[in-house]
Amino acid sequence: MWIALFCLSGLGLVASLGLGLAAKRFAVEVDPRVEEVERVLPGVNDGGCGYPSCSQFARAVVEGKAPVNGCVAGGEDTALALAEVMGVEAVIGEKRVAVVLCKGGREESKTKFTYRGVENCKAAVLVSGGDKACPYGCLGLGTCKRVCPFDAVVISEDGLAVIDTQRCTGCGICVKECPKGIIQLVPIGKRVSILCQSGEKGSEVRKKCDVGCIACETCVRVCPFDAIFMEGNLAVLDHERCQVCGLCIPRCPTHTIEARDGPFPPVEIMADKCSGCGICSMICPVSAIEGDKKEVHRVLEGRCVGCLLCIDRCPKDAIGIEVPINSAVELASR
Amino acid sequence: MKRLYLFQGGIHPSEQKFSQNSPIEELKAPDRVVVPLSQHIGAPCQATVAPGDRVRKGDRVGQATGFVSVNVHASISGMIRGVGLFPHPLGRPLPAVEIESDGEDAWTDNLKPHEDYMDLPPEALTEIIRDMGIVGMGGAAFPTHVKLSPPKEKPIDTLIINGAECEPYLTADHRLMLEEAENIIEGARIAMRILGVDRGVIAIESNKPDAIDKMKGLIEDIPELEVLALKVRYPQGAEKQLIKTILNREVPFSGGLPMDVGAIVQNVGTLSAIYKAVRFAAPLIERITTVTGSGVRQPKNLRVRIGTPTKALIEACGGFSSEVGKVIMGGPMMGVSQYSLEVPVVKGTSGIVVQPFSEVEEGSAQPCIRCGSCVRACPARLMPTVLGVFAQLDMFEEAQRYDVMDCIECGCCNYVCPAKIPLVQLLRYAKAEILTRRKAA
Repeated sequence: MWIALFCLSGLGLVASLGLGLAAKRFAVEVDPRVEEVERVLPGVNDGGCGYPSCSQFARAVVEGKAPVNGCVAGGEDTALALAEVMGVEAVIGEKRVAVVLCKGGREESKTKFTYRGVENCKAAVLVSGGDKACPYGCLGLGTCKRVCPFDAVVISEDGLAVIDTQRCTGCGICVKECPKGIIQLVPIGKRVSILCQSGEKGSEVRKKCDVGCIACETCVRVCPFDAIFMEGNLAVLDHERCQVCGLCIPRCPTHTIEARDGPFPPVEIMADKCSGCGICSMICPVSAIEGDKKEVHRVLEGRCVGCLLCIDRCPKDAIGIEVPINSAVELASR
Repeated sequence: MKRLYLFQGGIHPSEQKFSQNSPIEELKAPDRVVVPLSQHIGAPCQATVAPGDRVRKGDRVGQATGFVSVNVHASISGMIRGVGLFPHPLGRPLPAVEIESDGEDAWTDNLKPHEDYMDLPPEALTEIIRDMGIVGMGGAAFPTHVKLSPPKEKPIDTLIINGAECEPYLTADHRLMLEEAENIIEGARIAMRILGVDRGVIAIESNKPDAIDKMKGLIEDIPELEVLALKVRYPQGAEKQLIKTILNREVPFSGGLPMDVGAIVQNVGTLSAIYKAVRFAAPLIERITTVTGSGVRQPKNLRVRIGTPTKALIEACGGFSSEVGKVIMGGPMMGVSQYSLEVPVVKGTSGIVVQPFSEVEEGSAQPCIRCGSCVRACPARLMPTVLGVFAQLDMFEEAQRYDVMDCIECGCCNYVCPAKIPLVQLLRYAKAEILTRRKAA
């Protein structure tokens, strides 16, 4: 028994000595800040920052090669925390989210043939461009859902990819992966999008889809900010210029334009503040406000589209809206 | 009889050669053709005509761009109606020239026939082949002049004349060998002159005994040519497999070409087109297409103008016999299903196979049970089961290491899979992704 005891403890001693020496001799110096930065990062390795993994991004931040606000997935909180670790000030940009620019689900759009194959949009486009008649239509086989590291994509019952803006971090992976190229990143506050990418002629679009842009140019004429322009046969919205008034939404004959997170609430006029100057009824683009001079004005129910143009122009600050809770973010940016 | 080797794998589906005894029928020139500018592998052509121009049969309407590209020609005489995007057998609209017939069907007078074609230098012959728009007519439509111009460091010793026609249903090459055998042999002699080889092997599967006899009778006085009867096996007509069968040589993996092992394979239809181009200066404006399947009333072999809409071919065969399920352009194994009958016949359209609705497979894929049937069937000696999983999981680097790029998309794995897994689509997806990534890098 003693021999065994000695042998084993001797072996243990030798091994521990070796390990101890190795730890001293081959120790790798790590900047402690790298670990700290890594702890702050979400750790999902989504690649939105341009680095293959979170730890590589952390190293780049510490070496000063990447900006502290480079982590798209982490957003504002992560940027602030990173700035604190690094002792610098973070510049926060507006958060962006992905939007699928197609509204033509299985109900609204036509198909060319019955597709029976691999459940992956990228494999499906190899078969005659996919089964949808419209070459720009969302195939709904969920390639974006598969690649999203944040589970922010759901495939609707109608066979369309829909982005959950609460979960989306704007990392942009789906934008790159979509074989149809119909996913776009937009600032989260810019709620209005034209949900069609078809550059085909209006008559062609009508044959293939009930909700596609037919290039009637109504929205271009309606927009008070010149934020919509025509690119060939497609109306395109310039999000820089868009003031999210929503005037274009009810005017689109094919209902292609939509606002995320519900409709726009109508404005209200506070009777105690209104002086009856009439400015609001003059500028209202949909004639939704009426009233006599020097009398309290009122908003016509069902007319107001919630464009909020009147709010800024009212000299008495008498116009406001009831703010739904989940729209607080959007309003702040308006 | 000479000993034949066999490539590994392959399958023997039911042959279904309904139309093998119907002689080639000439399909009347259509009132309107749509001639795609991209009918070959390689760079698409540049249109040389504009709407309103008048063209005659054989006039060039598309100019080749780059070395791997060939011209396209008007297949009827008439007026150019439009140059733009038109339906294409590949499934998406591609640039094409639309010609409306003037009913005269007159040839252009720019043709320069060569009676003494065997005295022309090889370079001149290759030039003619390129100008006349000759591509591989077995289906892949690879520009023939490229195949006939191997680099000097790769000596060629054998020309294989491919009359295997291993795809089920198709009989276009079979009928051509019976009715235009002389043209094929002359074409083979031209190709051999260009390549400077003195051995040509005519390979025909043994289910075409009449074609074998006919060819044998014609080559009695030509010592350089021989005829080989091959055991019926799909995909024997694929280049690499044919070389293995006849010469027992293996084309190397990872992008090897037949010329690496000293062989060039040319389809019988291509050789007949070469002869017509060189002897009569006739551009490639028509081809033999088999219209078949139990979905059409009378399966036939038709001589059709390039650009004829599929609809016209099906009408010429008595129309659909029952509710149509699938219209496949090419053979049933490697062809592409079409969703529109407006799609025109192109240089590579060897057949149109119509399956009635009742014959189309129903049901979806089941999980892989690892039976290994696909591995046994793969003639390229790959492991489709593993590659399929890699494709499903987007593991493209691994797929590449397992040689997915050597897949010839013959469809054997799909055919034998008891779980009905769409293996060819998965492998094509992996190949396409690897290519886009290579381009991006």
